[in-house]
Amino acid sequence: MTKTTRGKPKLAVWKFTSCDGCQLTLLNHEDELLKLLSDAELAYFPEATSSHLKGPYQLSLVEGSISTAHEAEKIREVRAASKYLVTMGACAMGGGLQALRNFKDAGEFTSVVYPMPDFVETLHKSTPISEHVTVDYEARGCPVNTNTLIQVVRAFLFGEPLPETNNRSVCVDCKKLGVSCIMLDQGITCMGPLTQSGCGALCPSFNRACAGCYGPRKFAHPEALERHWRQLGIPEAEIARAFRGIHSYAEPYRNHTLKEEAKVDESN
Amino acid sequence: MNQTRTIKVENIARIEGEGKLLIKVRHSEVEAVHLDIFEPPRFFEAFLKGRHYKEVPDMVSRICGICPVAHQMSSIHALEQILGVTIDPQVRALRRVLYLGEWLESHALHVHMLHAPDFVGTTDVIQMTKTYPEEVQRGIKLKKLGHEIMTVLGGRAVHPINVRVGGFYKSPKKADLADLIERLKWGKEAALDTIRWVSTLPFPEYEQEYEFVSLQHPDEYPVNEGRLISSQGLDIPMSAYEEHFVEEQVANSNALHSRVKERGAYLVGPLARFNLNFDKLAPIAQQAAQEAGLNGTCNNPFKSIIVRSIEALHICDESLRLLENYEEPDKSAVDTEPRAGKGYSCTEAPRGLLYHYYELDEQGLVKSAQIIPPTAQNQNKIEEDLFRFVSENLEMPKSQMTAKCEQTIRNYDPCLSCATHFLKLEFDEE
Repeated sequence: MTKTTRGKPKLAVWKFTSCDGCQLTLLNHEDELLKLLSDAELAYFPEATSSHLKGPYQLSLVEGSISTAHEAEKIREVRAASKYLVTMGACAMGGGLQALRNFKDAGEFTSVVYPMPDFVETLHKSTPISEHVTVDYEARGCPVNTNTLIQVVRAFLFGEPLPETNNRSVCVDCKKLGVSCIMLDQGITCMGPLTQSGCGALCPSFNRACAGCYGPRKFAHPEALERHWRQLGIPEAEIARAFRGIHSYAEPYRNHTLKEEAKVDESN
Repeated sequence: MNQTRTIKVENIARIEGEGKLLIKVRHSEVEAVHLDIFEPPRFFEAFLKGRHYKEVPDMVSRICGICPVAHQMSSIHALEQILGVTIDPQVRALRRVLYLGEWLESHALHVHMLHAPDFVGTTDVIQMTKTYPEEVQRGIKLKKLGHEIMTVLGGRAVHPINVRVGGFYKSPKKADLADLIERLKWGKEAALDTIRWVSTLPFPEYEQEYEFVSLQHPDEYPVNEGRLISSQGLDIPMSAYEEHFVEEQVANSNALHSRVKERGAYLVGPLARFNLNFDKLAPIAQQAAQEAGLNGTCNNPFKSIIVRSIEALHICDESLRLLENYEEPDKSAVDTEPRAGKGYSCTEAPRGLLYHYYELDEQGLVKSAQIIPPTAQNQNKIEEDLFRFVSENLEMPKSQMTAKCEQTIRNYDPCLSCATHFLKLEFDEE
């Protein structure tokens, strides 16, 4: 049963490869969380409770990317035990900052950090949840946007409406807020034009370029932005690094970076 | 009793990250204690190579969602050392308040949501709200105060975006701080009430021997600066860290374990800071400690819940003073130019000493990096403590033993995201 004997829908929270920040963001909204938990049962959330109710669950929230064989197996179990599965944050959606290793040899990475790499069990790649199982909703952000997340949780637990979606970029939010363009004013790489709106143009409001936490919006076109950066005289190395951030392994940045790497290999 | 007994906790609850515990007892002697960290490795030191120094604080923030400011601060101080940067005194004050905000959030979370349920016998804070509604509400408000400090100064509570090498992207206006100042006045009273409450919790008579290690600063409770000292007489500059401490890899763990070269296991964190720097606490926090029965010394890890609450009071008192005296700096950051070199920094994360080391090339790109988080430093000591606890309580029933082992671990507020970066418990008898 996805509900308890008293008829409350069961909510579970799972962690994979991540920094715990999205779970903490959820805990940071204690008031909404406690309100929500008067009508739902927190069945599994090891970071907050030592009680553990067995599945199936009405909703599973998933933080983190898949980076070990054990995790690849566990996510299939979580999916099988859950009516709905919602991912939280950039690691779950795109593989996370740790997906930077996907472009290099993981063996080489292990030996930089661990003197005896053979002891460390890891897959060669850190991959998004959606590459392993069907995901019902991806809540974006690094960390996840909690207002959106709480709405999504209420939608899947109690049948309330899902948040409205749009395909706006961070640029639109800057214009709305009257924030002057960081990219043009400072002549630096800004991920704003490609990045899904949702943070309220937080970084530009603090006088710095968008770091792309919310990930690429639909139809994002890296090549066009790159051309623009070149016209601004931004060095090639800086342009290459701009796509190797929090969402390096999310499309279309993944394919873009792989193409760039292939060019570098050819010219060597 | 069986000749061989295994205590196994598969996924330890109410800690940051994932880990498990395995204890083997044979012929009434503890044979092995393993705190296995199964947080998958994320290879930060490897992918920092080749990145520009300006990108480092945002990247290392993602090591840990509970202490992003700690990683940002340790990296920034190490990088500023290489670049020869001197920051504005007001920027220094703001950094300190931002960092203390992270301590407050982390401590209020651990005291109320992770640690207190062990003392009152509930599985979580949600159950605790039924029996301790006032205490829980106060704890939540204190935690919120912590993350609002981080939001006002850092842009947001998890992975703040306003800190940079050289200072801040944007300094707050004096008027932006008015609300925080009022709430910090409430925070002092709330932290005092928290200390009075937690000091009435049931504590076992249990003392451990520790080598405490923390920073020490001539005028301040240690946060961002100072020398590295220990209760066994160590007194060194941060740059000598690697000469005195070693990190070793052990099987079944994705975290590296640290020890003092000459002696062995040591402890960092609130207990270490408190024991080594009692006289630097705000007078109101010293007085509250004495009223709670702690005259500057605490070797009972269960009482770390009191020490965290005392630090919470100090945080509110000092932050209030710093914000009341704040004047907006002329420039929110000093400009920096790339320069080759090596930089070392230790700062005090909520859980203790956090070491970052970087080498930059002449273009300002990272040649190598090393990061040693507090939980990796404490892991040997946590295992020693578990070893002793199980050895002294071999006749204890299984379920009670399991619960006590988990509590022993939570006494240290381990953060496994950082230590690989921890834990859940299953009890098994062979």
